[in-house]
This record gives sequence, C-alpha cells and structure tokens, in this order.
Amino acid sequence: MNIVLSIFMLFGLAALAPFVNQRFPKISGWLLSIVPAGLFVWFLSKIPAVVQGLPIAESYPWLAAMGINFSFKLDGLSLVFALLITGIGALILIYAGYYMRSYQKTNRFFGYLVFFMASMLGLVTASDWILLFMFWEFTSVSSFVLIGFKHEKSAAREAALQALLITGLGGLALLAGLIMMSLPYGNFSFDAVINTPELFLESKLFIPATILILIGAFTKSAIFPFHFWLPGAMQAPSPVSAFLHSATMVKAGIYLLARLHPVMESQELWIYTLSVFGVVTMFVGAWFALAQQDLKKILAYTTVSALGTLVLLIGTSTAYSITAALVFLLVHAFYKATLFMMAGNIEKKTGTRDIRKLGQLSRFMPVATVISLLALLSMSGIPPMIGFIGKELMYEAKLTAPEAGNFILIMGFLANAFTVFVSFRFAYEVFWGKSVSFEKPPHEPDISLLTGPAVLVLISLVLGIFPNQVADLLGPAFQAILPGEQLIKLKLWHGFNEILLLSFLTVLLGIVMFAFRRKIIRLVSYMNLNFFNAKLSQKFFSGIDVFLSLTKKKTAVVQHGYHRFYLMTIFISAGLLLLLTTNAIDFSVDFSWHQSPLNYLVILAAIMIVAGSVAVITAKSRLLALIATGFVGIGITIIFVIYSGVDLAITMVMVETLTVVIGAMVVYHLPKYLDYSGVGSRIRDGIVAVFFGGVMSYLALHTSSPEGIDKISAYFAANSYTKAFGENIVNVILVDFRALDTLGEIVVLALAAIGIVSLLKLNAHKKSSR
Amino acid sequence: MNILIALLIGFLYAVSVYLLLRRSIVKLVIGILFLSYATNLMLFFAGGLTETSPAFVVASEAQNVVMTSDSLPQALILTALVIGFGVAAFSMVLIYRFYKETGTVDLDDLSDIEKL
Repeated sequence: MNIVLSIFMLFGLAALAPFVNQRFPKISGWLLSIVPAGLFVWFLSKIPAVVQGLPIAESYPWLAAMGINFSFKLDGLSLVFALLITGIGALILIYAGYYMRSYQKTNRFFGYLVFFMASMLGLVTASDWILLFMFWEFTSVSSFVLIGFKHEKSAAREAALQALLITGLGGLALLAGLIMMSLPYGNFSFDAVINTPELFLESKLFIPATILILIGAFTKSAIFPFHFWLPGAMQAPSPVSAFLHSATMVKAGIYLLARLHPVMESQELWIYTLSVFGVVTMFVGAWFALAQQDLKKILAYTTVSALGTLVLLIGTSTAYSITAALVFLLVHAFYKATLFMMAGNIEKKTGTRDIRKLGQLSRFMPVATVISLLALLSMSGIPPMIGFIGKELMYEAKLTAPEAGNFILIMGFLANAFTVFVSFRFAYEVFWGKSVSFEKPPHEPDISLLTGPAVLVLISLVLGIFPNQVADLLGPAFQAILPGEQLIKLKLWHGFNEILLLSFLTVLLGIVMFAFRRKIIRLVSYMNLNFFNAKLSQKFFSGIDVFLSLTKKKTAVVQHGYHRFYLMTIFISAGLLLLLTTNAIDFSVDFSWHQSPLNYLVILAAIMIVAGSVAVITAKSRLLALIATGFVGIGITIIFVIYSGVDLAITMVMVETLTVVIGAMVVYHLPKYLDYSGVGSRIRDGIVAVFFGGVMSYLALHTSSPEGIDKISAYFAANSYTKAFGENIVNVILVDFRALDTLGEIVVLALAAIGIVSLLKLNAHKKSSR
Repeated sequence: MNILIALLIGFLYAVSVYLLLRRSIVKLVIGILFLSYATNLMLFFAGGLTETSPAFVVASEAQNVVMTSDSLPQALILTALVIGFGVAAFSMVLIYRFYKETGTVDLDDLSDIEKL
C-alpha cells in the first residue's frame, strides 16, 4: 500500500461507482464509502511515522527529461488534508447515497464525486508542481460538473460555468506562476523550491510568479474579489456543497499558500497581500452572510469569511497564527460540512431552505436539532466545542500580530460577531421562531442522512474537550508551514484573560445584534442594495460577453472563408519560415558537387515540363489543361528514367494515364471553362507563386545529398538479396522491409475507391429532394 | 544538371501554388497534382542524381554490393505516387459531385451555398 495506489484506488472507484450505484441503489452510499474509510484508517496509521519526522515519499519518472515526475509526499500538512478528504469523503458518500435518491442520473453523480475525491487527494499529496497543477485542474472540472449537475436549470448551468471560468483562469495563472517559479531550478519538485528558496526569491520572475500563484490560490479559495463564484456554486446538490465547497476543494488554495509559506515568509509582498486580501474577504463574507435568506447562501458566505480568515492567519505568520490556522481549518471543515448536510436535510424534509419559510423544526426533528445546534455552537466559537479553541487562538494571533494588529483585531472581532449573529439566527429561525404550516409535517431525517453530521459534530465536541488529541497530528503540519517555531499548546481553558474577554464580548455583540435582528437585517439589506450593489457575478458575465463579441470580430477577420487566402497565408508563411531556417543553418550553397554531366534528354524533359505547365495555366479548355498536365507528368517520368528510377517511371506512366482518363470523364460533365480572376489577382498570385517556388528551389539545392555520405539505403542494399531474396531493392523495400506502409497504401486506395463509388452512386434521394 | 532540376522543382511548386490560388475547383485539383509532382521530384532529387545505375543487386554479387542509386527515396516516392493517384481520382470525382450538388465550379460561391 502506498500513496499512488491509494489515489489510483479512488480513481478506480470513480470508474466503478456508477455501476455500484446502478446495481445496489439502496446501499450504494455505504458501499462506496468503504474505500475512502479504509484509506482514512490507512492514513491514520501513518501518523506515527509522520510525527517522527519521516514523511513518506514516492517518485516515479514521468517526463524526467523536463524535470517533471510522478512524485508524492505525505508530510504533516498533506496528512491533515488527506485525513479530511478521505474521512469527510466517506461520510459524505454515506449521506449522498440517501440524499441523491430523489435525483435523476445519480449513477454519474457518484462517479463525479469519487473522481473529485481522488483528484483532491492527489492534489494534497503531490510533490511535483506540474502534478499538483494537473490534480488542481481535475478538481476544477469535477466542481464544474457537480455544480451543474441539475443542468436542466439555467441558474445551475450559469453558476457552473462561472465557477469553471474563474477557477480555470486561476488555474492558468497558477501554471504560469509555477513554471516561472521552477525555472531557476530546472525541475518541478517541491523540495527544490523549499530547500533553496533563494534561487527563486532572487530571480527576476519573483514578483510576476508570486502574483500569478496568488491569483491561482485566490480564485480557487474564493478570496475577494473572486469570492462571488462560491455562493453561486450553491446550485450544486448539498453533498457537493458540504464536500467541495466548504470542507475540501476551496481549501486547495489555502493548502497551496501553506505549502509555499516557508519559501515566501520573508517576503513583504507575500505577507501584505495575504493579510490585506484575507482581512477584506473575512469581513466581506461575514457582512454578506448577515442578510441572506437561503440557508445554503448563508453558509456559503460564512465559508468565504472563513477562507479569508485562513488566508489572513497564514499571512500573519506567527506561531499563534499558524496554530490558529491549522485548528480553524479542522474546526471549519467539521462544522461547515455538518451544517451543509443539515441544510440539505432540512430542504429534503420541508421542501425549502428559505429561512423565512422555516420554523419550529425542533418539534419535528429533535435529533437533527441537537446536531445542528452543536455545529452552530462550534461555528460561533462557544465552549465546549473545538470552535471555541479555534477562536481563542485566532484572537491570540491577532493580538500578537506584528503589524496592523489593531485594525485586524477590530475587523476580526466584527466578523466573528457577525458569525455569532448568523449562527443564532440560523438556530432560532429554523428550529424555533414562528410556527409555520408545512404541507406535510416534516419528520426526522433518516439514519444515513444523520450519520455524517453526527460523527463530525461528535468529533468537534470530543476534540473541544480533549484538544491535545490533535496536537500530535498538527505538530508536523505546523513544521511544514513554519519551520523553526513550535505549535502552541491547545487548551480549552486559558484562564481569565483579555482573550476570554474578547470571546465573551464577541458572543455578547452577536446576541445583542440578534435581539435587534429585524432592524439589522433591514439595514444590511438596504445597504447591500444601495451601497454595495456590486453584482460582481453579473459584471463577470457581461465581461465574458464583451470578450465573446471581440473574439467574433477577430474570427471574422482571420476566418474569412476564402480557401485561396487561407492557402496564400500558408504558402507565404511556410516560405518565410523555410527561408529563415535554411538561412540559420547555412546560407552558402556548396555548388562543387552539383556538377553532374550535361544530359540533353533532361533538357528535353525540362522543356516538356515548362511547356506543359504554361499550357495548363493558359489553357482555355479544361480538357487541354488535363492533357497538358499529363504531358508534364511524362516529362517528370523521363527524368526518373534518366536518373535510375525505373520503378518510378513505370508507375508514373500508369498513374498519369489513368488520371488523365478519369479527369477527362469528369470534365466532360462540367460547364464551360470560365475565367474567374482579374489581372490584379493573377499578378498577386503570380508573385506568391514565384516566391514560394524560389524558396523551394533554394531548399532543393540545400537538401540534395552529396555522394559518399552514409545512407540508410546501404542497409537495404546489403540485405536486399541476403535476407529478403530480391534483386530489385525498391521493390523489396516496398513489399518486405516496409510492407506495413504498403498495406496502408493499399487501404488508402481501397478507401478512395469506396469513396468514389459512393460519391457517384449516392445521388438518388438528393435529386428528389430538390 | 542539378541546378536545372532544382530550378525545375521550384518552377513546379510555383505553378502548383498559382493553380491552387485560382477560384476554379478544377484548377485547384490540377494544382494538387502539381504539388505532388514537385514534391516527388524534390524527394527524388534529395537522394542524389545517379545515371544508369538502378537500385538492383545481382544475386551472384549479393555479398559484395556496389552502391547504386539511392533506393529509399524511390520507395517512398512510389508509395506517394500511388496514394497521390488515389487522391487525384477521388478529388476528380469530388469535383463532379460538387458541381452536381451546387451547380457551380467557383469555390468563392461555397460560402453562399452553405447559407442555403
């Protein structure tokens, strides 16, 4: 068992998943979750080795000459992500097995979902930049098909396209950035950059490469100003929102930032960019979460806020902040996946996820209520959930931040208070609040729908009480991000200090806001409508429209539809390129060996060819042009005969004769020969023709090989009789040494014959339709 | 002689390009024929010009081969000739069919025909 095998197992499972679901629709979720659950256990078993500082590395040559290898490495950071992906993945599959029953075409859904899982696992374990990029794109594509799963809805299609275009654009930027970064090293391995960062940091491409990589990470992780695709992605079915768009895929950008942090931590560009965009995203996400009415949209905006927080924490780059980032990464994955699954459950049982149409659900689904409440507690950072520890660490990090601590602290405080407000609102409005009449009374979700959320919430609770259980796991991950420092010890109770006070004030502010929720929501909605009505999503699409119309105009110029001008472009550029290349090799032509004896027959043949060609060009009748073509062919045949190409001559005579005969049969049916072109275009075409012909003459003088040079033909000559028992070398080559070529040639002829017959015969029904 | 043949190759290419750039579909096809003439001759020329020495080995002297004219380009050209013939025959019939379907032999009319 190794890393590559685990990834391929998941890809294999992706291929099998549709059949499993087809065959065992009732239990497919449980069946499919076996593999990721097994892998989860396997990854768990690797913790001791990783803790001891023995990462597992594997490498297989791929494009070794270009420094690209199929390399994987499981260190602390990768392991955290691998556990999240396989663990939550298994739970999501169980959930989806039941959740997707009401959908059509679920077979392919499971295929896509497991494919994503495999790609994501590859992404976090790859240790080659190109390999990482490949998996990165795989996740973008699987996200696209999963968001657009309900493709009958135009909103789903638009959201999927938007997510694909943004993450795809970011992917391209990332590829360019990674290549620029790896240029000084000559290979694409992680180790090269991480062990000797100076080479990259001092290279000229440092700034563009960093910006491009950041664009890649920011688009993927929905960081402002690219955040708008994530709320749109809520068109996807709930298991997808829970898995891709909160717990794993959107964390890929975070993973990349964490991975590159040891290289970049000394750079102001990196630190400031992360801090600024992190703070803005954290606040913007929390702000827009306030007034949303759709449960999943609320969760999506808080996810944006959480992703901003993670970026900010990495950018703060202290022992506290990195510890906080790692803890918060887990915390967020646990509660957010739970809440997305619960939002899906609520929608499934009540038919809506509009918070205004929900209420009093605690009466109908007590178990679901308890699970959701615990997850919401974790989200608001209230003890004893692990979310509390996450928030304490965050405040600690912000208080001890080296620069702009106060500003960051205030923004973080507000964002957290907003999150508390949102959690309370979610809890109160959905589970208590007004009584709503449902068409049919909702009941407790089924066991498969509750397993995943329950497990995750239990983990949040247990880890909140015994946080040091994860310290072992997080230690090596911490080392991978900020080598040289130590993970801060995790505790639920820090004593009475300013941080506890901050936590308390956060919750208090959230509760106060909650008390005035109607006014706050009205105010925020008003402000959103009048001041922050950026509608980035629509702007994005109008940008796409502008781009498309520009492309159309450009295409109309380049793709004009006249074959002549296409050909002219080809000939002129081919001529110029040939001239350039031959010049580069050798400008002088060696005439010394071009002295073969004068032969009057060749001159006669040349006269035939020239005369025939002139006749073809000037001919007033098609038949004359054809016969003149045959005449030229005979001229060439004479040259073949003189210079020892006997077989060529024989074939040529036959081919020419047949061509002229077939041509004569065809032209008989055609209308009178017309002159289509004027003098101007004739002169223009003539110039192009003479130019190209001149280049080819020049090239011919360059390529004709002098005597005495080693020729491949020597082998054929030596073996023609001894091995193939033929005296005619050309024939032996055709039927023996290169027999497969000849077979191909025969196939081509047969196909041409079939084509000819069908072209001639297939006219009956066309005629009648006219 | 070599220079003459080289010039001839260029001449054939020039004729071919000129014909390919015409609007008449018949000339286009003849242009394709010329293109293969020129290319075959170029390939032949690249193997070097050797008079009166066809690529044969005599059975009795098989152990002691005298270098003859270059056989490999000839074999390649032979294949090209036959395939060229297939292409020529097919395109001739295609012209016929084209005319029957569209009623024109002017390639510039093609874009209008698509719209019909």
